[in-house]
Amino acid sequence: MPDKPLNNKAWFLVLPVLGFVLFSSLVPMMTVVNYAFQDTMGQNHFFWNGIAWFRHLLDPSTDSGQRFAGALTRTLLFSLAVLAIEIPLGIAVALCMPRHGRAIGPLLVVIALPMLIPWNVVGTMWQIFARQDIGLLGAALNGLGIPFNDTQYPVSAWSTILMMDVWHWTSMVVLLCYAGLRAIPDAFYQAARIDGARRWAVFINIELPKLHRVLVIAVLLRFMESFMIYTEPFVVTGGGPGEATSFLSLDLVKTALGQLDLGNAAAMSLVYLLISLTVCWVFFTAMTQIDRRREG
Amino acid sequence: MTRITLDGVAHSYGARPRDERDYALKPLSHVWRHGLAYALLGPSGCGKTTLLNIISGLVVPSQGRLLFDDRDVTRLSTERRNIAQVFQFPVIYDTMTVAENLAFPLKNRGIDKAAIGRRVAEIAEMLDLTRDLARRARGLSADVKQKVSLGRGLVRADVSAVLFDEPLTVIDPGLKWELRSKLKAVHRALDLLMIYVTHDQVEALTFADEVVVMNDGQVLQIGTPAELFERPAHTFVGYFIGSPGMNLLPARVAGREAEIDGHRFPLAASYPTAAPGQRVQIGVRPDHTTLRASGGLPVQVRRVEDLGRRQLARVTLGAHELVATVPPGTTLAAGAAAVHFDPARTHVYVDDRLVEGTP
Repeated sequence: MPDKPLNNKAWFLVLPVLGFVLFSSLVPMMTVVNYAFQDTMGQNHFFWNGIAWFRHLLDPSTDSGQRFAGALTRTLLFSLAVLAIEIPLGIAVALCMPRHGRAIGPLLVVIALPMLIPWNVVGTMWQIFARQDIGLLGAALNGLGIPFNDTQYPVSAWSTILMMDVWHWTSMVVLLCYAGLRAIPDAFYQAARIDGARRWAVFINIELPKLHRVLVIAVLLRFMESFMIYTEPFVVTGGGPGEATSFLSLDLVKTALGQLDLGNAAAMSLVYLLISLTVCWVFFTAMTQIDRRREG
Repeated sequence: MTRITLDGVAHSYGARPRDERDYALKPLSHVWRHGLAYALLGPSGCGKTTLLNIISGLVVPSQGRLLFDDRDVTRLSTERRNIAQVFQFPVIYDTMTVAENLAFPLKNRGIDKAAIGRRVAEIAEMLDLTRDLARRARGLSADVKQKVSLGRGLVRADVSAVLFDEPLTVIDPGLKWELRSKLKAVHRALDLLMIYVTHDQVEALTFADEVVVMNDGQVLQIGTPAELFERPAHTFVGYFIGSPGMNLLPARVAGREAEIDGHRFPLAASYPTAAPGQRVQIGVRPDHTTLRASGGLPVQVRRVEDLGRRQLARVTLGAHELVATVPPGTTLAAGAAAVHFDPARTHVYVDDRLVEGTP
């Protein structure tokens, strides 16, 4: 191996980046870490509390543990439901779109439109849409004799929030899949026709394998985004009725700002962050492993 | 046994072709005979792929009829024609093994497992794929992938024609020759009609029994490699085939004599005088144009290229450029020299078409 010149002064060149990262994420996070290990009796007097906050949080027999487990379960359920609906739906819509032609431009714009609307506007739209007195959805369902009230029934609240997320974000899956499908050369379809493949065989043997990479990205993005969802359920249901749609992020804000329970909230934040990072890491490792095995 | 007949087939991608230029393929009638290897040769965009896709059924021609033997298949779907097609870029099913790839067309047609296994083994043997059968098709090199996509075509027992659309484009130069000889071997073994699209004249001339030269949606000449070389029916053929292409010079032709810029030379046959307004050209291949110290049409030598086996001189005759062969041992005075055209190999073209002389 050839000798590489080693100059420790070069580390100074990294300093600006280091400083930026420090102030953008490390310092704010350290304040959270700070709260997570301390407790207070008021008057701005803090004392060391060790890992007590974490012990409570991760022990479902305590109050805060039970609440955390509930919120985490709801959040995971929500994410899984979002993936189960949006990924197949997104693929299906992308498959139905024309591959060539003049209609594509306007079509893509229309499909991308929901993504361009700010989160709280989406929330407000659906809040009004679901109202049982004046909302188109709520009033129509009640008119048909189907009891629907997202402020009273958990099922109504959940279906409103799920529908809203599907409406808001399926287009992203559609766009990703459409780009993936467009990248498949026509020759593959022509060869499949000559080979006598039916539509389903074309999907399974050509389209799905070629979509593999964009689907990895779509699943990851949709999982992370839905796992951290805050604004829309906050506007639509505010976490209710009761605790029914109180996801981790909503619960966290309630704990920190509603109850000013800073230690508990700080511990929650850190566990929340660790879960997100772990899921990301596991997901990516699994996918690259599968990729490597397929290549080999 | 299949004989493919094109009966006035033409195609335009636009809905309402107004004049001739709107056609990607101009009306064409031709019979492709069983057991022969044809090459469709022409520059990019000349309509050769359109013609191929019409035969395979991926494109329905705007007019004319397509017959397999005596059956009209013009509107028959691709999978119901007994045609295999190999594309420019290897088409393989990534998630399947080589064996599954080869079995796929048979599986789609509901053939029983034992028969599929036998047929796949047979085709794999022929294409030297037996060792790779259990491998995933994804990780294979381009030449093996291309063999797999050829195999998927051949595996069907009813296939009587194989169409190739520039199949060697992505193959390493070193492996091209090998794969091409494999194609020849398969052709001999299976006695199929093969049609091979390419823009590479070496590929076309070495592969095919007959070469179809196309340009601008039109078939200009159909002939054996030797015919294309010796008697190009169109100036484009003369120019496109051969490296370098034919020398084409505007000339006046009267009887057994031609005249270029006031220099006269004899022809081997007698030609009628062209009507006014017609463009008359003399075409001679560089191989039949000899450079001499004197005794011929006076030219200026621009430069001499030594190709190892032979020497070619780029010369100008008045304002016209041409290429001549320098016979071994010729010593030239710098600059001025003379060229001699072999009269028997000198052709006359009127409005780009070859004119037959009377002896």
